[in-house]
Amino acid sequence: MFSSLKLNIRIGFFLAIRQIRRASLWTTGLIIFVMVLTFLNLVVVSGILVGLIQGSVDAARTQYTSDVILSSLNDKKYIENSQNIVALIKTLPEVSKISARYQEGALFEANYKTRKATDKPNTASAQIVGISPGDENAVTGLAGSIAEGSYLEPGDYDKVVLGQYLLKQYVPVDSPGFSALDNVVIGTKIRMTVGEVTRELTVKGILKSKVDEVTRSAYMVDSQLRSIIGRNDGNVDQIAIQLKEGVDPIKVREALVRSGVDQHAKVQTYADAQPQFLKDIITTFSMLGNVFSSVGLVVSSITIFIVIFINAITRKKFIGILKGIGINGKVIEISYMFQSIFYAVCGSLIGLVLLYGILQPFIAAHPIDFPFSDGILVAPLGGTLFRISLLIISTLIAGYIPARMIVRRNTLDSILGRN
Amino acid sequence: MIETKNLVKAFKNGSVETRVLKGVDFKAENGNFIAIMGRSGAGKSTFLYQMSLLDEPTSGEIIIDNRNTYTLSAEEKTIFRLNMFGYVFQDYALLPELTALENVALPLLMQDGNKNRAYKKAEEALIRVGLSTRFNNLPSQLSGGEQQRVSIARAVAHNPKILFADEPTANLDNESAQIVMGIFIELHKQGQTIIMVTHEEEYAKMAEKIVRLDDGKIISIESN
Repeated sequence: MFSSLKLNIRIGFFLAIRQIRRASLWTTGLIIFVMVLTFLNLVVVSGILVGLIQGSVDAARTQYTSDVILSSLNDKKYIENSQNIVALIKTLPEVSKISARYQEGALFEANYKTRKATDKPNTASAQIVGISPGDENAVTGLAGSIAEGSYLEPGDYDKVVLGQYLLKQYVPVDSPGFSALDNVVIGTKIRMTVGEVTRELTVKGILKSKVDEVTRSAYMVDSQLRSIIGRNDGNVDQIAIQLKEGVDPIKVREALVRSGVDQHAKVQTYADAQPQFLKDIITTFSMLGNVFSSVGLVVSSITIFIVIFINAITRKKFIGILKGIGINGKVIEISYMFQSIFYAVCGSLIGLVLLYGILQPFIAAHPIDFPFSDGILVAPLGGTLFRISLLIISTLIAGYIPARMIVRRNTLDSILGRN
Repeated sequence: MIETKNLVKAFKNGSVETRVLKGVDFKAENGNFIAIMGRSGAGKSTFLYQMSLLDEPTSGEIIIDNRNTYTLSAEEKTIFRLNMFGYVFQDYALLPELTALENVALPLLMQDGNKNRAYKKAEEALIRVGLSTRFNNLPSQLSGGEQQRVSIARAVAHNPKILFADEPTANLDNESAQIVMGIFIELHKQGQTIIMVTHEEEYAKMAEKIVRLDDGKIISIESN
């Protein structure tokens, strides 16, 4: 039985190759083109949908949380025992760099010098983040996000860098519940109130980013914020940890938890720190992507069905002859299945080249500009190969069914062209 | 040996039934060359299709080498056709995407599975029909006569028990038809059983016997 199956496959392949080789180049090209489009529909649509959110996740990781982030416990004002924790983190071989941050709620005011008693103060509430400029830039590349002015330097005093969404000229919407500073540019003096302390600061730079935590914060040198908030014990509010290349953040999180760091701080990987809505969006978009992919799969299956059906119908006479001279019907079915596989494999291979050779690098270099992220194309090889196998299986079935329908017809009717 | 007993073939068109074969009893011994003749609509091609197991008779028996084919399944009939029969059709019935050699080799491949042996036998068969220089030509690159010779080579390459030919000269000019009939006579001399449907008296006379059909019945059997 196995040898007969092997023989059927061999002869089916023999027939398929010859039929493909001598088919119209245009027709073959057109079918393959449809398969390429189907492949791209399968991979790219869902890849972009997921990529929009993945871009946001990646940006938050590179510009804010880094690989692992420690933050104060919900019932604590800051991370207790911060200095020891920092020392411990530095001993971990997986750690590359760290940035410790102070964070406090602040009220910024712009028109305090010019406004009349009846004028409404031009204020904006935000987090003021105290950073070591060098450490922060090493971990999150914050200096790279400066759109105007310049980045902080360690000796800067009464200088502040503002996230773009604290400034009216950058806020995309005019929302009644959201206030931003008006007429503030580089060099403008603004007033900051933290608790009971009020300081006049000069705007040194403006940050442009798609990470909310960055665009809605203000940054100043840590030593100055420490003195403003009166934090002299060295305890910080956040510690962003960048790991060495290839290290699994979960492994480091577990190590920190084992060392008891979780007694003093919330220990999260970048993925843990994602807001739940983002995770939900990823799930929803993946689902939407799968729905679009499934529709694409059905369309491609129907296309292949029609192509093979028309091919088999127009070749009905030859199918009859094959059966008449003693060629097994299974051989004929297999030959059509090989042709379907050929179209699906060619389409997928061209699609792979387009995807990994052109589309993915191009979109990585020119991300899709969305308000909340720089959208990239997420197409992991494993997932792509899975989709290719789905495409091949569906086209295989779509090729088999019409071939079977024609092969089952009466041999003589097929030879004589009778219906 | 092939024998038919009370062979009936009827076609239904709605409620109307047309009997094309009305109980045909026929016998051909091994090595016979038989021409089946009759006017248009006499049922000669239908008779050939029943005997060659390309179609199902409505009733009656077809016995080949003492085996009643009534009991054969569709798949067994395909194997039977592959191993026992060779076919030559009026319109050559070659596969357009296969070369002459591939057309001839295909049933051999199906039979044996050995590509080298199949191609060698196919070459020999094509040489026998005088097409030694046309191995790699597609059917579209051959004349009608050459295509029919490829068809004969395909039909005989696997040494079938019976060669069935349905109007093999109908689409050919006189010269090509003579060549084809010459090949048939040569094959017959070598002991090949041939059953040929023709409407041309000239070629029927080249056969050993002429079976005449009219209105679905054999009306005469003549020896040449």
